[in-house]
Amino acid sequence: MSETILFYLLAGVAVVASALVIGQRNPMYSIMLLIASFGALSGLYIQLDAPFVAMAQVIVYAGAIMVLFLFVVMLLNAPQEDGAEWDRAHPLRRPGIGRFGALLAGLLIVQLVWALTRVNDVGGAIGARGDAAAISSVRAVGRVLFTDYVFAFEATSILILVAMVGAVLLAAREGSR
Amino acid sequence: MDQATLRFAIQLAIIGFTFFMLINASALLVLAERKIMGFMQQRYGPYLVGPHGLLQPLADILKLLFKEELRPKDADRWLFTLAPIISVTAAFAAFAAVPWGAETTFFGLLDTPVKLGVADVNVAVLVVFAITSMGVYGIVLAGWSSNSKYSLLGGLRSSAQMISYELAYATTLASVIMLAGSLSLREVVDAQSGYWLGFIPRWYLFLQPVGFIIYVIAGVAETNRAPFDFPEAEQELVAGYNTEYSSVRFALFPQAEYINMTTMSAVATDLYLGGWHGPLLERFGLGWVWFLIKVGIILFTYIWVRWTVPRYRYDQLMQFGWKWLFPAAVINLIVTAAFVLYFNV
Repeated sequence: MSETILFYLLAGVAVVASALVIGQRNPMYSIMLLIASFGALSGLYIQLDAPFVAMAQVIVYAGAIMVLFLFVVMLLNAPQEDGAEWDRAHPLRRPGIGRFGALLAGLLIVQLVWALTRVNDVGGAIGARGDAAAISSVRAVGRVLFTDYVFAFEATSILILVAMVGAVLLAAREGSR
Repeated sequence: MDQATLRFAIQLAIIGFTFFMLINASALLVLAERKIMGFMQQRYGPYLVGPHGLLQPLADILKLLFKEELRPKDADRWLFTLAPIISVTAAFAAFAAVPWGAETTFFGLLDTPVKLGVADVNVAVLVVFAITSMGVYGIVLAGWSSNSKYSLLGGLRSSAQMISYELAYATTLASVIMLAGSLSLREVVDAQSGYWLGFIPRWYLFLQPVGFIIYVIAGVAETNRAPFDFPEAEQELVAGYNTEYSSVRFALFPQAEYINMTTMSAVATDLYLGGWHGPLLERFGLGWVWFLIKVGIILFTYIWVRWTVPRYRYDQLMQFGWKWLFPAAVINLIVTAAFVLYFNV
């Protein structure tokens, strides 16, 4: 019973905070709400018996990535989005772009509905395996990461490395000349 | 009272006791800092309130409580209030995953032993790391929301510093985790019980001397203590991120800092100094006294370093963190991994 209440509390915080993220004029508030949403998500992971994933979520997303976001917003001195910028002439206000956005939103809703109708099947599949401890253990995650998914894992790391080298190159070029 | 109720009551008492000790630790550290500083500068330090100035922290707290609370006109109302709360909450919450004593039945009071510590989490190392990394938001938000250039610079510095030193910090943690083969702080401590050759305690300090040094340096930087106290470098930034704060809101920042120091020292004790294991006292179920002694020694070192070493320059801090400390931590990790693989520990 208390677990159900906790689930709805955490899920509610996650959904409301995520919705509020896009409704803020001040990017600083958006970041704080996103952190709240990540925190609630990590609570949900703990409820799913995956403490390692929960902590990784907090460390990587809420901890590291959002601090960088905050850093960038602070360096740009958090420009307030004012209404004047969003007049008719703004390129994002052209009707073609609006239609494309509506199409994407519609697709997302279809996807969500499709996923939600299948939830029961998926839940059954995971429940049938029935070893939550095996899923959650750090050892199991590590083993799978370096055997079954090693290619994806290494490819991702190279991708991130490329992005880092690119960033350093851009920064260095500007600095040296 | 039946066993279940008794157990619940005792666990509540342990949580309350931990909270009480943490609050007192922050008050005591304020006094200890000023006393040790006085000693090192050949003067008495606070001496007037109570015997030998022992009640000075109480006087400090009362003074801060009764001061007027100010908020700059152009400060961001919500974030300005939220910042100190985040700081102090993260500081307290991080300690929840730190075990500070062995299992005990309280002299036969309970039939199954209870673990000393707020929560026994099987990923305790990660929990402490995750929650302490949340603490940086308090400082960054305080800096930004004050709408003052000194505060903003302090906040920026602290976020850059914490990101840089978190890497080295996490990498050294990984070395210890590999040796112990567990993410649970309690299991790490238990892996360090007993002696080599009958007299050298099996502490990871002796297997990981480099790791311990890196941990302590990164810990000092993470808690924004001298010689890495750039976020509040008073000669350049007035008081850094807390320039615009006053009264209780101001008091929460140093309190969070002192509690973070305590957590860092407690985790260092659990990871490297064998936690509550030690000769003699353990036999009477007083292992936690050893824990307190070890934490006390590390805290003293913290203060000692602050009043001995002058502050670095900011670029030196970044150079040191990225070019020396982090590579050293990575090499330490690789050597440890090879060691673990080769000797099959």
